[in-house]
Amino acid sequence: MSSADLASERDLPPEREASVKGDIAPEHDGPRDTGMDDAGLHRWLTRTWRTPPGIIGALSSVDHKVIARRYLITAFVFLCLGGLNAVAMRIQLSGPQRGLIGPDLYNQLFTMHGVTMMFLFAVPIVQATGIYLVPLMVGTRNIAFPRLNAFSYWIYVSGGIFAWVSFALNMAPDVGWFAYVPLSGPEFAPGKRADVWAQMITYTEVSSLAVAVATIVTVFKQRAPGMSLDRIPLYVWAMLVTSFVVVFAMPAVMITSTFLILDRLVGTHIFNPAEGGDALLFQHLFWFFGHPEVYIIFLPATGMISAIIPVFARRPVFGHLGLVLSLIAVGFLSFGLWVHHMFATGLPKLGASFFTASSMMIAIPNGVQIFCWLATLWDGRPVIRTPLLFVFGFFFIFVIGGLTGVMLASVPLDLQVHDTYFVVAHFHYVLIGGSVFPLLGAAYFWFPKISGRMMSERLGRWHFWLAFIGFNAAFFPMHLVGLWGMPRRVYTYPAELGWGNINLFISAGAVVFFLSFVLFTFNLAHGALKGALAGDNPWDAGTLEWATSSPPPSYNFARIPIVTHGEPLWAEREALPVATGLRVDVRELLISTVAEAHPDIREKSATPSIWPLLAAIAVGGTFVYSIFTPWAVAWGAAPIAITLIGWFWPKGDPEDEE
Amino acid sequence: MKQRPSLDLSALPTFGHGPRSPTWWGTLGFMALEGMGFAIAAGAYLYLATLWPNWRLSAPQPNHWPGTIVTLLLIVSLVPNHILHGYAKRCAIGPVRIGMVVMSLLGVAPLVVRWFEFPALNIYWDTNAYGSMLWVLLGLHTTHLITDVGDTIVLTVLMFTRHGYSGRRFGDVGDNVFYWDFVVLTWIPIYLLIYWMPRLG
Ligand code: HEM
Ligand SMILES: [Cu+2]
Repeated sequence: MSSADLASERDLPPEREASVKGDIAPEHDGPRDTGMDDAGLHRWLTRTWRTPPGIIGALSSVDHKVIARRYLITAFVFLCLGGLNAVAMRIQLSGPQRGLIGPDLYNQLFTMHGVTMMFLFAVPIVQATGIYLVPLMVGTRNIAFPRLNAFSYWIYVSGGIFAWVSFALNMAPDVGWFAYVPLSGPEFAPGKRADVWAQMITYTEVSSLAVAVATIVTVFKQRAPGMSLDRIPLYVWAMLVTSFVVVFAMPAVMITSTFLILDRLVGTHIFNPAEGGDALLFQHLFWFFGHPEVYIIFLPATGMISAIIPVFARRPVFGHLGLVLSLIAVGFLSFGLWVHHMFATGLPKLGASFFTASSMMIAIPNGVQIFCWLATLWDGRPVIRTPLLFVFGFFFIFVIGGLTGVMLASVPLDLQVHDTYFVVAHFHYVLIGGSVFPLLGAAYFWFPKISGRMMSERLGRWHFWLAFIGFNAAFFPMHLVGLWGMPRRVYTYPAELGWGNINLFISAGAVVFFLSFVLFTFNLAHGALKGALAGDNPWDAGTLEWATSSPPPSYNFARIPIVTHGEPLWAEREALPVATGLRVDVRELLISTVAEAHPDIREKSATPSIWPLLAAIAVGGTFVYSIFTPWAVAWGAAPIAITLIGWFWPKGDPEDEE
Repeated sequence: MKQRPSLDLSALPTFGHGPRSPTWWGTLGFMALEGMGFAIAAGAYLYLATLWPNWRLSAPQPNHWPGTIVTLLLIVSLVPNHILHGYAKRCAIGPVRIGMVVMSLLGVAPLVVRWFEFPALNIYWDTNAYGSMLWVLLGLHTTHLITDVGDTIVLTVLMFTRHGYSGRRFGDVGDNVFYWDFVVLTWIPIYLLIYWMPRLG
C-alpha cells in the first residue's frame, strides 16, 4: 500500500455524518502546519508542547519523556537500594555465624530486597522504558491519558518512599516478598510491618495498572498512519502484551493485599481457617498474579532484544509473525502456571501434573523466540557492540535459568529443593538474565536517543564482563549450596556444615556484580556529560523513534510520519513521508483506527496540570492513614474527590473544551 | 531526516464517539481490570464456599428484598441511560442535560437502598468468613456505585455550565453511559452470589 492510498475515500470512517458536526458549538480552528516552514513550525510546536518553566511547571509536566525519565532514574535508585540490601545480606552470610546482622533485621532485609526489586525496580523500569519509547515508536506526540501517566509516577514514588521510610523506622515488612498468611496475618504479625507490605503493593499496582491502560490505548489508537498490525515494532507488541498481562494479573494481588489488610485491621476472617476462611486461598490469589508477574518483567525484555538484534545483525528480524504469536502465547500461558509455586502444599496429584505440563509447555513459545533471534543473527552480519554483548549475556544466563526452571517444574525435585538456595539461584538466573541483562543492553542502545550522547564502548565492554563474571560467580554456586541443603531466608548457618568457603565465594561474586553497577553508573554520567554527540540515528536503526532528533523535542515529531514498512527508516532512506494538516496552536495529535491505523480524528492531548500530583498526594495519604484505621477511607474520600474534580474540570484551554 | 508531505489530515473531525475515541478504550481498559477484580473476589467466595461442606457456616439467610429492589432499580435505569446515549451522539444539549439529571437521580436511588442492604445480610463481617465475603462483595460493588454516581453528578453540573456544549463533553457523557452499564452488569452476578447462592445450600 502506498501512502497515497491512506488519503483515499474509503479511509474516511463511514459513521462520520456531516450533520453531526453541524450540531456542535462553533467550529474552532487555528493555524495549521500545512505549508509552514520548518523554523516556524518548530517555534509554534515548542510553544504549544513545552513543559512550563519553574518548579510548579516541572511538577505539572505531562510530557511522556519527562515522566519516563523520572521513572527511570527513580527505578534505578531503587535498584541500588535493593542491591545494597543484597550486599548487606551477603556480607552477613560470607562466613558461618557472623554477628553482623541479627535475625530480625535480616528478615526485613530480604523482604525489602525482594519487594524493592520486584515492585519498585523491575516492573516500574520496564514500564518506564515503554512510557518513553512506545509513543515515539508508534509515531505520536504523547502517551494516551498523559495526566494519568503523571499521576502513576507520583503514586509510584510515594509507594517507594513509604516503604523505605518504614524501613528506616524499623517498621519494614519482614514476612518475605510474598507475605504468606498465617505468618503475615493478625495472629503472627503484630505491629504494622505486614500492613506496610500490603499498602506498598496497593500503591505500586495502582500505578502499574494506570500505565498499562495508557500504553494499551496509545498502541491501539495513536499509531502513525499506515502502521497496520503487521508493521507494529516487536518492542511495541511486547509492551502491548505485557500491558494486557498487567490488566488481568495485578487486580489479583490488589485483592490479596486488601483482603490481608481487612483481616488485620477490621477482623474479617478471609484467610482464617478457624472461622471458615483458608490460608491457601492467599497463595492461590498471590500466585495468580505472581507468576504472570515474572512475564511482566520478562516480556518487555524480549521486546528489547527483538529491537536490538536486527539493528546489529543488519537485517530485519527473522520470523516476525512467529515472534508476535509467541509473545501472545506466552501472555496467555502465563496465567496457567501459578500452581507450580505451590507444589509443596499438598495439592491433588492430577492438578499438580496439569501444572507441570503447562509449565513445560511455556518453553515452546520461548523456544520459538530464541530460535528466531539466533536465526536473525546467523543470517545477518552481526556487529558486536555493547548492547549486543548484553543480549549474548542474556542468552547464556537465561538458558541456564530456564533449565533449572524445567527441573523445578517436576514435583519430586521441587519438593527436595523447595525453599533452598537452589531456588534463589534459579530465580536470579531468570530475573537477572531475563530482565536485567536485556535492560542493560537497552540502556546502551537507547541512551543516545534519550540524552543525545553516546556511552563509552570501551567502558561498556568492561562493564559487561564484570557483570557477567560477577553474576555467575555470585549465583552459580548457589545451586550447589542449595542442593547441599542450605535453606533460603536464614540469617546464618553453623560452621560444622562446611558451607563457609562457598558462601565466601558467593559474597565475593556479589560484590563484583555490585561493582559492575558502579561502573555502569559512571559510564552513564560520563556519557551524559562528555559522550560523543549521537545524532538522530547513531545505530542506523529502522524504527520511528530514530526518525526524530536525539533527544526528541517536546512534541516528538514536527509532522506525524507515515509508515509504509516494518522498518520505516530502512524503507524510506531518501525522505520520510509525513502527514500535514494538524493545528499548531493547540496540542493536537492523530487518532487512528485500531487494526489498519487509518487516520480518523484530530484529537487534543491534555495540557500540563498540577492536579495529578495533588490527587496522588490525596490517594497516597489515604493509603498510609489506612494502615492505622479503616476510617481513613472515609476521611480520604473528600480530598480525593476534590483533587479529581480539579483534575478533570475544564479550565478554559482549548484542549479541555473543544 | 528529510520529510516529504504526502497525506493531508486537515479535514478530519476533532472528536468521535464510541470505539473511535481513545477515552472509550480507556474506559474499557478500566472495566477490564475492575471486572477482573470482581471476578477474583467472586472466585475467592466460591473457593471458600466449595471448601467448607457446611457453607454459610450456620449463619441465617440474608434478606434479599433490599438487594432485589436495588437490582430492579439498576435494570430500569438502563432504559433512560441508553436514551441519553442517543442524545449525546446527536450532541443535543437540552435533552442531554435532562438525561444527566435523571441519571444522577437514578444513581442516588439505588445507593439509598444499598444502605439497607448491609444490615439485611443478617451477619457481620467479623462473624465468620462467610460474613466477611458478603461484606467484601457488597462493599466492592458499592465503591463502584459511589464513584460512578459522584462522577455522574459532577458531569451533570458541568453540562449546565458554559463548558457543556462541546464535542468533548458529549463524548464524556457517552463514556459515562458506558460505565454505568458496567456498574449494572457487574451487579447481577454479585446479587446472585450474595442472595441466591446461600439459598441453594
Ligand atoms: C546485586 C544483585 C543481587 C544479589 C547479590 C541478590 C542476592 C539475593 C539473596 C542472597 C537473596 C536470598 C536471601 C535469603 O533468602 O536469605 C535474594 C532474594 C531475592 N532476590 Fe535478589 N539479589 C540480587 C538482585 C536481584 C534482582 C535484580 C531481583 C529482581 C529483579 C532480585 C529478586 C529477589 C527476590 C524476589 C528474592 C526473594 C526475597 C524473599 O525471599 O522474600 N534480586 N537475593
Ligand atoms: Cu511461576
